[in-house]
Amino acid sequence: MKTFDYIRPASIAEAVAAAAEPGANYLAGGTNLLDLMKGGIARPNRLVDVSRLPGLDRIERLPDGGVRIGALVRNADLAHDPDFAHCYPAIAEALLSGASAQLRNAATVGGNLLQRTRCGYFYDVASACNKREPGAGCDARDGENRLHAVLGWSEACIATHPSDFCVPLVALDAVVEIEGRTGRREVAVEALHCLPGDTPARESALEPGDLIVALRLPGEGSAFSAHQRYLKVRERTSYAFAIVSAAAALRIEQGTIREARLALGGVAAKPWRARAAEQMLQGARPTLDAYRRAAEAALAGAKPSGDNQFKIELAQRIVARALMLAAAGTPARVAALPASPFSTLTGTLIDA
Amino acid sequence: MNLSISLTVNGVRRDIEIEDPRVTLLDLLRERLHLTGTKKGCDRGQCGACTVLLDGRRINSCLALAISHDGADVLTIEGVARGDQLHPLQAAFITHDGFQCGFCTPGQIMSALGLIREGQAGDDPERVREGMSGNLCRCGAYSGITEAVLEVQKSLVETNQRRSA
Repeated sequence: MKTFDYIRPASIAEAVAAAAEPGANYLAGGTNLLDLMKGGIARPNRLVDVSRLPGLDRIERLPDGGVRIGALVRNADLAHDPDFAHCYPAIAEALLSGASAQLRNAATVGGNLLQRTRCGYFYDVASACNKREPGAGCDARDGENRLHAVLGWSEACIATHPSDFCVPLVALDAVVEIEGRTGRREVAVEALHCLPGDTPARESALEPGDLIVALRLPGEGSAFSAHQRYLKVRERTSYAFAIVSAAAALRIEQGTIREARLALGGVAAKPWRARAAEQMLQGARPTLDAYRRAAEAALAGAKPSGDNQFKIELAQRIVARALMLAAAGTPARVAALPASPFSTLTGTLIDA
Repeated sequence: MNLSISLTVNGVRRDIEIEDPRVTLLDLLRERLHLTGTKKGCDRGQCGACTVLLDGRRINSCLALAISHDGADVLTIEGVARGDQLHPLQAAFITHDGFQCGFCTPGQIMSALGLIREGQAGDDPERVREGMSGNLCRCGAYSGITEAVLEVQKSLVETNQRRSA
């Protein structure tokens, strides 16, 4: 690991000033950043440790019924907050389906939003990667790419965004509060991450020094709490990134879907909101046929970026199944294997 | 750069000078405090061999910078037994053959301690397996590990019931 200066600012203003310098990185939980630094992928000159900044570790209810989550709230604490998990069960389930218990205890809400892709070529400094080194090329294009993007990718980059948490956040219109050199502003999580285009090294809407201080969920999001699920297919039952995932939330009245929210994970460089599919579901009867048509719409425009044609149909099936499970109703308690379509106990195959 | 931190490790306060901010909590425990029970497996947060309790919660000590945790309370495998008296989890790992080579065992036991404190798994084997998924065992002693954790969970539940009765 390259050496660095270590700074622990006492206030948000100090932090922003210290991190605006070139080569500076924020450190919070460190679960992604230290791994990247050990591999030589991230090489900051300066770490600005924000893990003790006061006031950023609270979960607050807002007057509109929404919730405001400080950027330093730990993933595990948010997932196990009873009030939060009751209002936003798909988000709690997504959090619990990610990483391991040890990592969820350390990882923060703000850091999770900014975690980097898990593309193996991004991680291997001997490989060409336009994200790591602009203009170097992309070894993933002709490499092991069965897990890469099927939506929104470019010739320059076919990496996916790995977060589970962000998928239901995007579906439920979450917003981040950002403190920067010019003051505070807000950005929808849907607009936080960038598609690669010709500049895959630019991953988010953040400017130098920008610090995510909080995440906010609007009150109307909790109107979906009775019918929402997160479903994730991975290559082993637990402690693995999504091959594809889907967050589905429905508002059902008198046997009709009044409003639908749908987003996909593991398919693009950002969590993928499927608005056309949502519109198709609005006013529809909650039937498998409607879910399948919505799933086709959600993947409209998808194309393989390599040996990953299978992900398109897999994603459609996961979308349809997430909608089916959401319509069946949010379970009283998160499943033993959160977000998993499988169970290791015999006789309980459909755990999710 | 000279940096000074203080940690409470297994109940004992330690003041430590660290010359380099890159020192992880794992390396500090092993190289500076000579507490080599905490193992370095992958050193990248994937195997769980380095699990310790930091302020009462299980974390991967390989992904924690020591400097960032000034003032923290750390419990390692060396602080789990009381003298020669094994912690019930340690005894249960022996009873249930919860290990073979033993390399992952300190991490498994610290993780199981964290799991029990979190109180989310109860006596459900599937929740215990899921809750322990951050600890790999290349010998494949998983069934013994799960049985050991379940046994301790069960005896804790019974103890609590007796207390509240």
